[in-house]
Amino acid sequence: MSFHYYPGCTLKTKAKDLDECARKSAEALGVPLIEWEEWQCCGTVYPQAQDEIATRLAAIRALDEARRNGSDLLTICSACHHVMKRINRDMQTNEDIRTKANNYLALDTPYTGQTRVVHYLEMLRDTVGFDELRKRVLYPLTGRRIGAYYGCMLLRPSKEMQFDDPENPSIMEDFLEAIGAEPVRYPYRNECCGGYVALEEAALVGELCGKVLDSARQKGAEALITACPLCRYNLRKNGSKQDMPVYYFSELLAEALGVNRTNTEPVRLEK
Amino acid sequence: MSPVRSEPAEIVTEMSGVNPRKCMRCGKCSATCPSFSKIDIPPHRFVMMVENGEIEALLSSQLLWKCLSCFACVERCPRGVEPSKLVEAVRLLQIRGQGKNYRTPDDVPQFVEADEEIPQQLITSTLRKYSK
Ligand code: SF4
Ligand code: SF4
Repeated sequence: MSFHYYPGCTLKTKAKDLDECARKSAEALGVPLIEWEEWQCCGTVYPQAQDEIATRLAAIRALDEARRNGSDLLTICSACHHVMKRINRDMQTNEDIRTKANNYLALDTPYTGQTRVVHYLEMLRDTVGFDELRKRVLYPLTGRRIGAYYGCMLLRPSKEMQFDDPENPSIMEDFLEAIGAEPVRYPYRNECCGGYVALEEAALVGELCGKVLDSARQKGAEALITACPLCRYNLRKNGSKQDMPVYYFSELLAEALGVNRTNTEPVRLEK
Repeated sequence: MSPVRSEPAEIVTEMSGVNPRKCMRCGKCSATCPSFSKIDIPPHRFVMMVENGEIEALLSSQLLWKCLSCFACVERCPRGVEPSKLVEAVRLLQIRGQGKNYRTPDDVPQFVEADEEIPQQLITSTLRKYSK
């Protein structure tokens, strides 16, 4: 089964590691990710107003292209996933949005939310399987105490995202266990890093990231993982990189699978 | 007795799809709001003021620019009110006005020059939230 891969703007620029490690790992795991060349930025934030149509169109185009190919649409970035999943649901449930968007796009077949939106972590859990992943790991992250930082976009609103238990998620911890690490659960793993107000309200973002980092540190985490370039940026900017490195989950996956190695020397991840 | 709705209040409820009358004033949204200490009108009052038609006052409230769209209020509201949708609707009402953008693309170079690590996602979301 192949996936229609939607990388999004940041994975092709500032978050190349997130993209490259995920693609190499998928290849090693025998899961083809086929990227549609024509994708456009999803807009990064879900338009909450019902009369916003134009800001939904780029996402709908990508969703429709996946439908044409008969594939599920696979995302990696938390923000892309959030936007795709919610706009897809709008197309399934909101008649006004569905009609206006279809009138605008004038597709051969109207798009009514037929595509399934899958996050890379869900693909690992449901298509590959964490047990199978465990068997494929060549370089387990034994003894490394790592905290999963979920943030907001993957989990909330849970009624729409249906990703995991919004208050006590486990998919990232299960992933960490599968690659041999020791997952560290800490209270602030699903609280906000400050998100897009980083340019306006640096002090607020500093405070919020401080709480996340302190919470993880107190529970004994030596590093964090995230799926979101903005979470990672905010956490790194507000924490000391030596003290608490923040990786993309796919970087650790690639390390465990050994796909980031060009020779027999273990690649040291940048701290 | 609830006061007569002014027109902007109708626009806000329609745009957001939220019925502020479902609110029971428990304050849970404000208790969980990560921006709480930085804003003048917290989410539960924001909801109440929409219900009362006090949109004019909300157009200058700090939550318009300090709401993080974290959806904690949406997730944790026991009545399914979705306060962040009201915040977004009032913000849109403001920035859809001529010359009312909070940020414009002209601001981008200054941000990018200040820090080359800024992810595209941050620039795009800032513009999507703060300009029309
Ligand atoms: S959590 Fe919901 S019901 Fe409680 S005050 Fe906020 S909006 Fe009203
Ligand atoms: S979405 Fe906005 S109003 Fe709601 S809790 Fe988050 S920051 Fe506060």
